[in-house]
Amino acid sequence: MKLTLKVWRQESGAEEGHFEEYLLEEVGPEFSLLEALDKLNDDLVTRGEEPIAFDSDCREGICGACGVTVDGRPHGPQEKTPSCRQHLRSFEDGATVQLEPFRSGAFPVVKDLAVDRSALDRVIEAGGFVSTSVGTAPDADAIPVSHESAEWALDLAACIGCGACVAACPNGSAQLFAGSKTMHLATLPSSSKERGRRAKGITRAAEAEFGPCSVYGECAEVCPAGIPLTAIAGLNKEKLRQVLRNKDD
Amino acid sequence: MTASSTTQPHALLDELRTVGSDLPGLGSDVPPSQTWADRRLHYRMVGPLNRRKFTVVVVGTGLAGAGAAAALGELGYNVESFTFHDAPRRAHSVAAQGGINAARARTVDNDSIARFVKDTVKGGDFRGREADAWRLAEESIRVIDHMNAIGAPFAREYGGGLATRSFGGVQVSRTYYTRGQTGQQLQVAAAQALLRQVSMGQVNLHTRTEMLDLIVVEGRAQGIVVRDLVTGKISAVTGDAVVLATGGYGNVYYRSTLAKNSNVTAAFRAHRRGALFANPCFIQFHPTALPVSSEWQSKTTLMSESLRNDGRIWVPVKAGDHRPPNEIPEDERDYYLERRYPAFGNLTPRDVASRAARTEIDAGRGVGPLKNSVYLDFRDAIERLGRKVIAERYGNLFEMYSDATGEDPYEEPMRIAPGAHFAMGGLWSDYDMMTSIPGLFVGGEAGWGYHGANRLGANSLLSACVDGWFTLPYSVPNYLAPLLGKPKLSPDDDVVRAAVAEAEAGVQALVDIGGTQGPERFHRRLGDLLYEKCGVTRTAEGLAEGLRGIQELRREFWSDLRVQGRPDGFNQELERAGRVADYLDMAELMCLDALDRDESAGAHFREEHQTEGGEAQRDDEHWLFASAWERADSGETGETGPRYIRHQEPLEFPSVPPETRDYR
Repeated sequence: MKLTLKVWRQESGAEEGHFEEYLLEEVGPEFSLLEALDKLNDDLVTRGEEPIAFDSDCREGICGACGVTVDGRPHGPQEKTPSCRQHLRSFEDGATVQLEPFRSGAFPVVKDLAVDRSALDRVIEAGGFVSTSVGTAPDADAIPVSHESAEWALDLAACIGCGACVAACPNGSAQLFAGSKTMHLATLPSSSKERGRRAKGITRAAEAEFGPCSVYGECAEVCPAGIPLTAIAGLNKEKLRQVLRNKDD
Repeated sequence: MTASSTTQPHALLDELRTVGSDLPGLGSDVPPSQTWADRRLHYRMVGPLNRRKFTVVVVGTGLAGAGAAAALGELGYNVESFTFHDAPRRAHSVAAQGGINAARARTVDNDSIARFVKDTVKGGDFRGREADAWRLAEESIRVIDHMNAIGAPFAREYGGGLATRSFGGVQVSRTYYTRGQTGQQLQVAAAQALLRQVSMGQVNLHTRTEMLDLIVVEGRAQGIVVRDLVTGKISAVTGDAVVLATGGYGNVYYRSTLAKNSNVTAAFRAHRRGALFANPCFIQFHPTALPVSSEWQSKTTLMSESLRNDGRIWVPVKAGDHRPPNEIPEDERDYYLERRYPAFGNLTPRDVASRAARTEIDAGRGVGPLKNSVYLDFRDAIERLGRKVIAERYGNLFEMYSDATGEDPYEEPMRIAPGAHFAMGGLWSDYDMMTSIPGLFVGGEAGWGYHGANRLGANSLLSACVDGWFTLPYSVPNYLAPLLGKPKLSPDDDVVRAAVAEAEAGVQALVDIGGTQGPERFHRRLGDLLYEKCGVTRTAEGLAEGLRGIQELRREFWSDLRVQGRPDGFNQELERAGRVADYLDMAELMCLDALDRDESAGAHFREEHQTEGGEAQRDDEHWLFASAWERADSGETGETGPRYIRHQEPLEFPSVPPETRDYR
């Protein structure tokens, strides 16, 4: 099959960007989106042109490194699927497909389709951890966790940290990301002793780095890990709980 | 010397390597089961108030690197942590699926620390260090407790206790897991612990920064040279010790189960500076990877080994049977693992399962469009347990398979094939994880020791955690203690400046070649060559041809490489070029080691050395040692390639006497 790729090119964050069109031939429906970019880059290098910069690593949907906005939708047309697992079978032969970086004020462009998502880690640094040093842990079997709680924590912990939620949000909010982390740790007994402190830290950092949440729900729509909107409700509840109790736990 | 063109295996071996000396090994009379307690008791210590006077450089933020950096930070050392990723959580530990082993023995299936050691040593075909396996087993217990405490949500039984499952090569259930995303959950928890130390100012984290060289002054590792991948700026960071937790080199095969950016550069450049490289030919081929189905497929994605708990592996009895799998009746299917290995069945260790699959494929019974795979069938398990249970156990793996192939594994069997996966070999280190360069430590897959010639499933997340959280935090201070009050290497020292200048020249040399082919082209060809000549099975003739092929490809690389774009900015072609340059030398070392090791052991299967039943035949009389390779010259890419010296660490197995592995 053939595709026309309309790709955002930008030398660096300091320079203006623009779209360029490339004809991509001899690809097939079994190609992943990123394999199509690999092939295009091979063509570009052969022609002596600069290849397209994009982040990607595991290519199996778990590391969260990749993230391309495809025809205006973060990651691409297939639901609950990161860019590396999007396939050309989603597009019609001969179609024009527009590829842009994840768009958000909090994600400055590094080059072409690669962006700087370090703001997400600054949210984690503000409380998305457990204040337990190595060596002091009690027996993991001594504190029973119900099957249901463990599964719910896992549903929330599935977040791959890609930032699609931010790119999809009209406000550029990271509440789905922040909610998934907060609720995952609040659900488990070993990490629930600093719920108040964590809710306060995470919400403050998320508000400082990202936009506010208006519950449009666009984030959950594009999340490759299927994090439910409930995570945001949970985050709000955790924050309210902290405000009312004003305690660390 | 002038280049010869011999492909005679013995002549080539003589041309490339000489035999060196025996390494000391453990150097103690303490039994392996007591070694760890004994070592810890005798380790020198650094008092809490003195720890802030030391800086430890940790490269890599996977389970070993993030663990070591966080633990050393928690203890009070200054840590400089490096990752080429944009975030520490993305390190490739994140992609491990199936689980993490621990000898907690909470059921009555007769597990124990000693049994864990036996399984690991035997699984490794008696080519690892027995005392290391004991440490792995002992520390496995608190690894689970710790990872649970820092937020990893392990799967739980309805009673609230931790759930376990079985993995290949064992007959107990000791694998702890979180769905098919165990690596992700452990890695994210470790990255969070690291970020906690960042927020407390104990760890200085450098993202998108790649190590290019090791700085060795007065015989000690005292810093690294790095490239800022965004600005292209090359600079140096000095410290009192350096830890490399930079992962394995399986990507040398181009298509592997590894992430696209996983590479050997940091470890290999330390090797160029004098660090010995242990058992480079020991590379595991994972039996349940996705088969290659097109030229542009970028990897052979792993389908977790845990699938073999419920999936049954088979091929058609008749070669060239073109019928769709569901139309092939039961009596025309060969469940070859169950037939050949009734005791372990579909859960034989990975090397055995990969070789058996290769045998079936080579005999023409492979399935799929390219006839290069075997079936992994869940029909019987779905009938027995129901679709819901199977979905809960393997849901995300099934989805991943559907995405990749467009096929539904609930309805028709998966197709799988052996793919390059885990490096058992790595930088040689002593029991304290220190390499042959004082002050240079290694952790996780970048090292060697635990897994011998074949790693058991779910032992790799464990070894990374044990190194990072529970070994390096003890052994690095033992090295630092006597350095208290000694002068430190200044970042402005002439030696440091020279190292930076040398790294800059190395980058410029790649750019200056000005040829016609990008680095990926060379990498693909190298991968194809290695799969053919140094793959699941090997022969002396094939390895010799492989060596010559690699040398030819390397000459072409250094004369026809094209690095598009500028060196002084974000340039992924340049990153790839540097890594492929190292892979070309690494591949040579692997083939040389495989040619040198004139026996079969674990994943290293030399066709000349097999039993009548087609199993690997070890030669304990001549090869009961770990090879540790030294580069005898400066490592420049000359016409003849470098010469190598092979040293050896003799191996002893007082608690698990060597036997022939038998999984029948």
